[in-house]
Amino acid sequence: MNRIISPKNSQKIMKTIFWGSGIFTMFLLILVIGYILVNGLPVVNLNFIFGDPIDNGASGGIFPFIISTFYVTFVALVVATPLGVGGAVYLAEYAGENKLVKAIRFGSEILASIPSIVFGLFGFAFFVVYLNFGFSVLSGGLTLALMAMPTILRTAEVSIESVPKSYSEGSMALGASKWQTIYQVILPAAVPGIITGVILGMARAVEETAAILYTVGAALQAPVSIFDPARPLPLHLYTLATEGISMPNAYGTAAVLVILILIITIVTNTLVDRYTKKMMGR
Amino acid sequence: MPYRLEVENLNVYFGESHILNDINININNNMVTSLIGPSGCGKSTFIRTINRMNDTIPTFKKDGTVLLDGKDIYDPKVDVVDLRKRVGMVFQKPNPFPKSIFDNVAYGLRIHGLNDKDIIANKVEESLKAAALWDEVKDKLEMSAMGLSGGQQQRLCIARTIAVEPEVILMDEPCSALDPISTTKIEDLIHKLKNDYTIIIVTHNMQQATRVSKYTAFFLHGEIVESGLTDKLFMDPTDKRTEDYITGRFG
Amino acid sequence: MTEKKEDKFVQWILFATGISSILIIILIIVFIFSEGLPAMLSVGLFNFLFGMVWNPDNGIFGVFPMIIGTLLTTFIALLLAVPLSLCCSIFLAEIAPPNMRKLLKPTIQGLAGIPSVIYGFFGLVIIVPFMRIHFGGSGFSVLSASLILTVMILPTIISISEDALRSVPYEYNEASLALGATQWQTIKNVIFPAALSGIITAIILGMGRAIGETMAVIMVAGNVVQIPGSIFEPVRTLTSNIALEMGYATGIHYSALFATGIILLAVIIVLLLIANYINYKKRVTIGGGYL
Repeated sequence: MNRIISPKNSQKIMKTIFWGSGIFTMFLLILVIGYILVNGLPVVNLNFIFGDPIDNGASGGIFPFIISTFYVTFVALVVATPLGVGGAVYLAEYAGENKLVKAIRFGSEILASIPSIVFGLFGFAFFVVYLNFGFSVLSGGLTLALMAMPTILRTAEVSIESVPKSYSEGSMALGASKWQTIYQVILPAAVPGIITGVILGMARAVEETAAILYTVGAALQAPVSIFDPARPLPLHLYTLATEGISMPNAYGTAAVLVILILIITIVTNTLVDRYTKKMMGR
Repeated sequence: MPYRLEVENLNVYFGESHILNDINININNNMVTSLIGPSGCGKSTFIRTINRMNDTIPTFKKDGTVLLDGKDIYDPKVDVVDLRKRVGMVFQKPNPFPKSIFDNVAYGLRIHGLNDKDIIANKVEESLKAAALWDEVKDKLEMSAMGLSGGQQQRLCIARTIAVEPEVILMDEPCSALDPISTTKIEDLIHKLKNDYTIIIVTHNMQQATRVSKYTAFFLHGEIVESGLTDKLFMDPTDKRTEDYITGRFG
Repeated sequence: MTEKKEDKFVQWILFATGISSILIIILIIVFIFSEGLPAMLSVGLFNFLFGMVWNPDNGIFGVFPMIIGTLLTTFIALLLAVPLSLCCSIFLAEIAPPNMRKLLKPTIQGLAGIPSVIYGFFGLVIIVPFMRIHFGGSGFSVLSASLILTVMILPTIISISEDALRSVPYEYNEASLALGATQWQTIKNVIFPAALSGIITAIILGMGRAIGETMAVIMVAGNVVQIPGSIFEPVRTLTSNIALEMGYATGIHYSALFATGIILLAVIIVLLLIANYINYKKRVTIGGGYL
């Protein structure tokens, strides 16, 4: 028994280390979010949120950029949701376990891991130049759709698979066709999970910068047409911070972006909570 | 001869539910004691109280005393880790580690600070022999334990338990997941082990209780209805409920 | 009859959406390659990968300093993030009381949800000045980028490792405790080894995230094309190289940036293949009975 540290002491030491690592991780989040909010919130007021930028954003508000963020995200979700949910239904209900399914899974895994700047390259070469959509909400939104799709697909697939088999058996036994069963029984039961997936995809679209750097343009006015250039919040923050245009406004923009993401996260969590409670509760 | 284990007025609760109600039982040294009774009557909870495995459940509460060799195992000064070294446990479902057969048996030795390779190898061999598994596995000690049959896995778990030389071995329905041939092998093994260990075995199978144990306790709804010599309990039960149970009128 | 037709029709649409992810991948690969290959061919693959000089004005395209930049920032980030995130995932899976878990889970979600440009901004206003004051130079450095990447890959490694640890059957835990092992001995000798393949997958995916990160790195790394002499010197990564120069690149320069994208794409696909292979192999060994 020639041990330097007894098992009991090493248990105590390691337990302290584990607690420490957990608390340190929480500290990191509080540090980043706290710092941004403390410095950014004083700038944020109604004029900042609903005002137009003056002097490239050196002063004035960020309203066009908020509009841009919502617009681009909306386009991305309109495209990504049907693709993601459709793919999820196909994987969960129609495809068996074959090579094609494995290929689809691997494909969506790659899509989920490709560096965003590579999406940016593709978006530029394909949407902006090849399809001639130009720097526009459409090009940016489509590029973001490709990034949001795997998130939606995976979350939706899990929630569709977790619908009890007895539901669909019950429906099929009544003579319903496969599609009727999916449409009337399985999808409604999976809706909360699917919405969670869509919101997660939305978060990915809202926070993305590199992929839209060379697809969405850099306009200072709010986009109206889908072919107008735009400037979502992250892009605006990047410009403000790296070109040294205005630090106070950079902090303000960062704070608005953080709050937006926090809201999305809280909404998702509440939904997931309610969903799990509902599934377990009865 | 003093009792190995004395349980006095033991009550166990999980949150609001009262699982064990005023349990009193003494367990003899180097003998097999069976605990019988219908599902959910508290037998498993009872033996998990003896090696304090219930401590891992946050809502667990108890009062009353459990004495091992005359000392309270729930005394704040008692180290749970030391206690579990002295009170080994074999679970209902064979649960070998996803390691080699050799490493499964060596595991307990190593965590208790044994480093010498030769001593470990000897102990592993001894334990596997004692668990009547040696002849079947001696040529494939490096194979994953996951590749053994269910019965072999359970005997491996017994070997793993006796390698750390406990005084008491708790067995929680060790044969319920096994086929009849494997069950016979485990029962033979229990017969062999009773000379060296105090064994408490939970079983659903009343024939098994009569085959392996000298003493039997009958649990019902969290209480001990009757306990005593196995022969007496099965031939001439004093309590009407015991008679109903062993004659198959319920449970 | 019409019902059956409708069913067939729907099945076709779902099939189309199902294979859309494959089609998109193929489309991305085709476009990145067709735009990037001209530069790779005219410079030569070897000269492109191992060339020390990146000088678009004179048509010299060597990305080796950028490869080093990416590897160095990623490596240091992993060095810092792996121990912290493994401890944190063990804490979450095995040790934390329920209340603590309820706090920590959203924390990790929060860390994962913060936009990379916010991390970059935070690095720019906090870490870079800190480095400048304490270690001299401009403060834009390998270490600044690595510190930011560390925080960014924490949630990836923590959440995937935690899943892996949680999927280890509780029976192993019980068996070990019943033999008189302490909780730490159980974690170290039983649970951790059983979860190892999942943990390696987590680290690989964290690595992929660090390699692919663009905006945060661009804002703090300094972006000088050089092999840095120390971790306090600036550096440029492959991703930053694309983002910095896409705005004005034309001709072969434009193509060379897509060629940089080819390298990134290839690295990520290889990492994913490795991660999948590890998972596959684990299933085979457990099923087959041999370690």
